[in-house]
Amino acid sequence: MSSDSIALNPVGESTRPIGDRLHDWVTTVDHKKLGIMYILYSLLFLVIGGIEATIMRIQLIVPHNHFVSPQVFNRMFTMHGTTMIFFVAMPIMFGFGNYLVPLMIGARDMAFPRLNAWSFWLMVFGGLLLYFSFIGGDGLYGAGNAPDVGWFAYAPLTARVFSIGHSTDFWTLGLLVSGIGSIGTAANIVATILCLRCPGMTLGKMPLLAWMNLVMAGLVLLAISPLTAAQIMLSLDRYLGAHFFDTQAGGSAVIWMHFFWIFGHPEVYVLVIPAFAFASEIIPVFSRKPIFGYPVMVAATVSIGFVSFTVWAHHMFTVGMNSYANSFFTISTMVVGVPTGIKIFNWIATMWGGKIQFKTPMLFCIGFLFQFLIAGLTGIMLAVAPFDWQLGNSYFVVAHFHYVIVGAILFALFGAFYYWFPKMSGRMYNETLGKWHFWLFLIGFHLTFDFMHIPGLLGMPRRIYTYEPGRGWDTWNLIVTIGVFFQAAGILVFVGNLLWSRLKGPVCTNDPWDGWTLEWSTSSPPPEYNFATIPVVRSRRPLWDIKHPEDPDWKYE
Amino acid sequence: MRRTHYRALVQSIRDKIAGIVVLLAGILLAASLCFGGPANPSPPNMFRPASTPADAILHISIFVLIISFVIFAVVFGLLVYALAKFRRRAGDDGREPPQVYGSNQVELAWTVLPILIVLVLFLATARVIHSVEDARKPPDAVEVIAIGHQFWWEFRYPSLGVVTANELHVPVSDPAHPTPTFIRLLSADTDHSFWVPRLAGKTDLIPNRTNSTWIDPHEAGVYVGQCAQYCGTQHAKMLLRVYVEPQDQFNRWVQEEAKPAQMSDAVSEGRGIFETTACINCHAILGTVANGRFGPDLTHLMSRETIASGAASNTPENLRLWIHDPEAIKPGSLMPAMNLTDQDLDALTAYLETLR
Amino acid sequence: MSSTSLAPSSIESEWILPSRGRVGMFCLIAAESAIFTIFVVAYIYYIGKSLAGQMPKNVLELPIFATICLLSSSLTIHFAVAALRSGKSRVFGIWWFVTIALGTIFLVETGREWYHLIFEKGLTISTNLFGTTYYSLVGLHAFHVTVGLIGLAIGMILALLGKVNEEHSERADVFSLYWHFVDMVWIVVFVVVYVVGR
Repeated sequence: MSSDSIALNPVGESTRPIGDRLHDWVTTVDHKKLGIMYILYSLLFLVIGGIEATIMRIQLIVPHNHFVSPQVFNRMFTMHGTTMIFFVAMPIMFGFGNYLVPLMIGARDMAFPRLNAWSFWLMVFGGLLLYFSFIGGDGLYGAGNAPDVGWFAYAPLTARVFSIGHSTDFWTLGLLVSGIGSIGTAANIVATILCLRCPGMTLGKMPLLAWMNLVMAGLVLLAISPLTAAQIMLSLDRYLGAHFFDTQAGGSAVIWMHFFWIFGHPEVYVLVIPAFAFASEIIPVFSRKPIFGYPVMVAATVSIGFVSFTVWAHHMFTVGMNSYANSFFTISTMVVGVPTGIKIFNWIATMWGGKIQFKTPMLFCIGFLFQFLIAGLTGIMLAVAPFDWQLGNSYFVVAHFHYVIVGAILFALFGAFYYWFPKMSGRMYNETLGKWHFWLFLIGFHLTFDFMHIPGLLGMPRRIYTYEPGRGWDTWNLIVTIGVFFQAAGILVFVGNLLWSRLKGPVCTNDPWDGWTLEWSTSSPPPEYNFATIPVVRSRRPLWDIKHPEDPDWKYE
Repeated sequence: MRRTHYRALVQSIRDKIAGIVVLLAGILLAASLCFGGPANPSPPNMFRPASTPADAILHISIFVLIISFVIFAVVFGLLVYALAKFRRRAGDDGREPPQVYGSNQVELAWTVLPILIVLVLFLATARVIHSVEDARKPPDAVEVIAIGHQFWWEFRYPSLGVVTANELHVPVSDPAHPTPTFIRLLSADTDHSFWVPRLAGKTDLIPNRTNSTWIDPHEAGVYVGQCAQYCGTQHAKMLLRVYVEPQDQFNRWVQEEAKPAQMSDAVSEGRGIFETTACINCHAILGTVANGRFGPDLTHLMSRETIASGAASNTPENLRLWIHDPEAIKPGSLMPAMNLTDQDLDALTAYLETLR
Repeated sequence: MSSTSLAPSSIESEWILPSRGRVGMFCLIAAESAIFTIFVVAYIYYIGKSLAGQMPKNVLELPIFATICLLSSSLTIHFAVAALRSGKSRVFGIWWFVTIALGTIFLVETGREWYHLIFEKGLTISTNLFGTTYYSLVGLHAFHVTVGLIGLAIGMILALLGKVNEEHSERADVFSLYWHFVDMVWIVVFVVVYVVGR
């Protein structure tokens, strides 16, 4: 099967001078190397963003704490949110997409390899620009000149008069630059999927991961531009005296919210749809069954993509829109929950009647399922506008979206890490450490984010550097903070496992999981050209057809 | 072999445990919600509404909570069952299970049912949205204009001639003869949000825009809340207190507040300092030359229980400290340190203490 | 795992997918459409909301000549690409040059209009909401025209160096999609700013 996917790991590889190897990585246009760089970059910022969160949680462990000043705290929550969304979640999804899509569709690289590299380095530059803000102003211990306007930077707080100095500009420019990179990557993904599929792989036969990356890329193309537009407008306001959001000149603060959330809501689907993709690839393999209802999964994903553009003002239920607008956004938000729920049922149906193996990737996907279910339900609660009038802008919302981003997306990502790490590195990770990671992180996650809902229900708003005792919030905040340390421990085990396994793990075969999609037909890691001969496929699971010639998929699809 | 069985069992137990944790948290929460906090003021608990909007919100919220729990129980149950029943057993023969690709009937069923649930939930919700947002203002309503500032609340009662700050006084509303308070919400600078959970949902205060909200509290008491839209450094300390009083007590309060400031010769030195220092640029005291509107109106400062929008209780020590070094109480607030000598500070504080 | 045993060879021979340049350009156009939509929405939202300063009907005149130039440049670039497809490199070069000229005239006219507005009518981006939304929208468009002209100029230089042949007609066609997009946007801007907004 793999006789013509010759591994390019010649003996001399590891003795090449380090300068050469670095140069290779810095100048590469190979989708696999760029994918890995995206992922490593994201991991670094995951740790940094986690430190920012830890600082906040220590400050909030008791009321009226003095761990950090309000100025530092406000910079922390701004940087934490901005970092996690733009420099962890987005790049890591681009990284996995970059790595996996060409391999899974039988292509040799992305459609535009140089654009790929350019987009990656733009994103790196954007992140560095944002973080450069820490070195300035009051200096590092005062959190420098980092932005402190919240990750959604509502106007007019971002106007020159309220946001003195350049902190807001670091936010604007860092994101503007990396946003342009994102558009490049998205165009690349779309072109790759539409133009480079191997013969026989019609759109109806490509892996769900490819479909979901296609929808994700489409969302990026249409959703990032509103943010870019708003940021250009903000910069014009701040530096050329424009009045887009200048309420003193008749401008509107609400229009910033509209523009931001027209970006912001599809953005969260940009983050979660690739998580769906991972679950859709991992759950079938560890249940030993094909995904249940492939066409429905595709239709559900595409419809989520479309509907996601009609729900944005559910982030604005409290700004005083009229009852018709509030009702519209209530129903549109509930409607987007329907295809999402259908997917959960399909994943469970995939496991139904199967032979489930509880390896680490599957454990994380089960966690994903459980937590995504809860996150979706708290989302439905928030969709009910009157309930949102109490819960909006409170810790309930913070708990909800962390349930999605950490409980669903990050769990699915961990699953993806463990699932494809052998393919990317050629070595198997340590299963015991993987399970330690899972349990530590699961306990920490639930301690923090289950209990975080409660202060929100009891009236605790978000973005406050301290809170009043006697409001019923104290105990819950304490528990929430304790959970952070379990999560940190889990992450440490994870990073340790990755490093140790990369260096010393047992060498693994092409196909350690007995998978069915094309990436498992290459060596681990794949050669630079991916496939010696471009494969020709006839069904959604080409390797199943090869392994089961008496009962191939194309007879049933 | 035993390990596979054990791991799967642990897996399904883990899921059950997680579900029980969630349930326990819910029970703990429900318990804490039923037993209130200190008698005065009451914690901001939306599950103990004291006003019609908060009531209406609670009812629809319970409805959606119940629906969500039912959905959770069903899907969680299916998940746990699948994990337990379809795990790979010890001694498995390694053959692949039957490869099932899908089922149109099943897909239809679990599409139609959620759509029906959505429809029911939406209709119930739309009614509440309309009843709260489109409520008509009755003629005896008390009218208040709330203006959000960084980091304090200005409250004006235009028809009653009252201007005050941070602590809102409203009359109890008898359901038989309602006297709700309708509040227009404006902002002098950036976005804020008015949130007192026991009385109503939150509504934002946005510059260059007029929003409105209303409350009709059924019970007297002190209800707390705070600003719920990030507005800058001291967003966390932009606290709210709503004093709901019986009608006659409210009327007395209005009468006192509408009067100009007390003029006592004993504190004329302090008053002189106030009137000749930068204080008057930001603050107003009715009956003196001070007519600044950037900061709170101080005419009846001593009628309030807290200063700095709830950041400190209204004691002479705190008041003195606030004037001398606001950063010690509320770092990042827009009150400047007044750089007065100790003697001047004492005189000034003594003057302010007379502003009942 | 290769081409054997999986599928009949007829699949390979009939396997034609869209060209990646074309798909990539459509993606770019989609993203650009989104950004222009937001600026147009802002423009429309703020019509009539300026508190002071110059109003559109006092200062705006229909830029008929500039519009005719820009829209005809879509025609000329189409002729250029058609000529290149038929292998007529010289004809291509001429039409390509005319396109550049027309685009440049458009930019010059925009510049003149702005000079008039700023120095004679006192309307700048900071004057009022009209000034803000007008200069940003028209400016964003002009920026895209400029980028297009730079691309066209590069093509012109390559053509003059004799390096552009029939085999490049697909690329020229893909580039022309961008130019057509810029012209479509101008139609929208023209209607919103000079017709509806006045």
